[in-house]
Amino acid sequence: MSIVIENAALKNNALSYIEDTIEKVPALVQLRTEAAETFASSDFPSIQHEEWKYTNIKKLVSNTYSFSNDVNVTAADIQDYLIEGTDVMVFVNGVYNASLSSFTSTDKVIVAPLSEAIEKHQDLVLAHLGKYADNSLPFVGVNTASVVEGGFVYAKRNALSETPLMFLNVISGDNIVVQPRILAVLEEGAQASIIERNAVIKGEAVLVNSVAEVNVAERANLSHLKLQDESENTSLVTLSEAQQADNSVYHNITITTGGHIVRNNLNIALGEHCEGLMTGLYLVKGKTLVDNHTMVDHKMPNSYSNELYKGILSEKSKGVFNGKIFVREDAQKTNAFQSNKNILLSQDAVVDTKPQLEIWADDVSCSHGCTVGALDEEPMFYLRARGIPEDKARGLLIYAFAGDVIEKISNENVRALVEKIVAAEMGYDLI
Amino acid sequence: MLKINDLKASIEDKEILKGINLEIKPGEVHAIMGPNGSGKSTLASVLAGREDYEVDGGDVDFDGEDLLEMAPEVRAQKGLFLAFQYPVEIPGVSNTNFLRTAVNEVRKARGEEPYNAANFMKEMKEKMQIVSIDKSLMGRSLNEGFSGGEKKRNEIFHMAMLDPKLAILDETDSGLDIDALRIVANGVNTLRDGNRSFVVVTHYQRLLDYIVPDFVHVLYKGKIVKSGTKELALELEEKGYDWIIQEVEGQN
Repeated sequence: MSIVIENAALKNNALSYIEDTIEKVPALVQLRTEAAETFASSDFPSIQHEEWKYTNIKKLVSNTYSFSNDVNVTAADIQDYLIEGTDVMVFVNGVYNASLSSFTSTDKVIVAPLSEAIEKHQDLVLAHLGKYADNSLPFVGVNTASVVEGGFVYAKRNALSETPLMFLNVISGDNIVVQPRILAVLEEGAQASIIERNAVIKGEAVLVNSVAEVNVAERANLSHLKLQDESENTSLVTLSEAQQADNSVYHNITITTGGHIVRNNLNIALGEHCEGLMTGLYLVKGKTLVDNHTMVDHKMPNSYSNELYKGILSEKSKGVFNGKIFVREDAQKTNAFQSNKNILLSQDAVVDTKPQLEIWADDVSCSHGCTVGALDEEPMFYLRARGIPEDKARGLLIYAFAGDVIEKISNENVRALVEKIVAAEMGYDLI
Repeated sequence: MLKINDLKASIEDKEILKGINLEIKPGEVHAIMGPNGSGKSTLASVLAGREDYEVDGGDVDFDGEDLLEMAPEVRAQKGLFLAFQYPVEIPGVSNTNFLRTAVNEVRKARGEEPYNAANFMKEMKEKMQIVSIDKSLMGRSLNEGFSGGEKKRNEIFHMAMLDPKLAILDETDSGLDIDALRIVANGVNTLRDGNRSFVVVTHYQRLLDYIVPDFVHVLYKGKIVKSGTKELALELEEKGYDWIIQEVEGQN
């Protein structure tokens, strides 16, 4: 058995799509061509590949997808996906839609679709786009090789962007592949908050392959939420690639409540005195497979990373957690914590969890732990003995389990939305 | 109100209750005493519906209905309350939110309007005084980080809020200092209104100085071997359980 899936339909179709569109944005031809060459010489990983052992994407990459689809989407179609007090940049099947979007762009905080940013701020874009994500990985390579549009936010020195910005990918159509691209750059001391979300309003066998590149300069602070509440008609492969300079803070929060196959890759590289935070919640049922691969790289001394991922799996769903922590030789006084806790609500639900710590420095404080179990019987009985019906008691306990993840979302409106989504999944009324 | 008839129960094939007979009328307070391992807590658990126990025989009538057929939550909704020996800590569920859910479920089952936020707070304020429980405990996670005394007081507070017909206190005195014991007992006495019945499970007599029972029963090896009035408790305090054990073993 090979560690790759050869001759995948997705690869061949992607290569012809890339060829057809390569001239579309002249400034991106070089970046795209290089990525396309790398992608052409690589293949999608099979389950023989160590990093994809539990996540079989054979069917996913063997499907024949279309790479574009013109549809008409109205404001009413996306109403339910908007968040109060949050700016939104909307793409419909990958195409920027100005009339559905609503955001502010200033000299201090530039917010624009990538196509526009390339015209007005080409240097800023090209200095960062494709510079952090590893194009030798097929999903990343194909995204970079395909990029003609995306979301761009650039906060200049000490600029504070108080309103969160949501990149909303509206998708409509069967067998369609959409490849969102996000570039968020924060200069020294800047602060911003971004959200990635998909709105699949119609479609079967949808694949979303997204890449977000994040560069957080000294003292800057970026909050990055991925809200994944798709149904089983949609699969996601995502990458969040973050570079942190000294004294910066980056907080990635990934909330998954659905999807067919969801594979999230999150990589953070830390400078000195940084805070790198990784928070995740997966609350899935049906046959959803959710796979979170995270990596934090302590390259310099005195930084702190904290990872908390919690999973609640019912029916025949499956969870995969792989958390890597690297502490390089120079990274003395590192504090790195990792915790992955799972509750299985059915006999058929499965979790594979694997912490992976590689520590070369000798003066560090690192801890990791993972648990997999059923709901405790004692609290269940306690709640029921006070008159709370079994279903509601279960909902209450699960909601409580998820609570310490949800409370890490600092924006009130966003937290309220996530609370609502989680409560609805659990059938527990918020009181 | 409660009529236990030849109740037999086991856990993991080990027979614990070997035929309990007990009748409790409205307003009565019954103390169940007995040496360790006699089955006191098992009786409390079986009545509340803990699923670890297997009922092997007998029946329990609760206000004309078959108690043993009911799910734990239904027992609570119909007016049975168990104050746990070891109240469970539940992180992430606030004491207040939990109580409001519980109280409204119970009210719903009784055909009463659920409390709105304002009414609930008013009710809570009133009942908090009964056990002089600190307001700061309300916003905290259920029992999490509570001291032993705070946990037991919280149990009595829950009882006051849920307004049961029959309350079973499972070793509520264990681990309490004398001040906490007095507060808990005062709370119970306040709720003694002539209609509400109590089953007080305890190993020691001292709680019964404060909650004066109408009847005292001694449980030994899964059976009630002696019943009497409050004087029996005093006798047990003085002489211990050995004389009863000898009496029982002698008969066999």
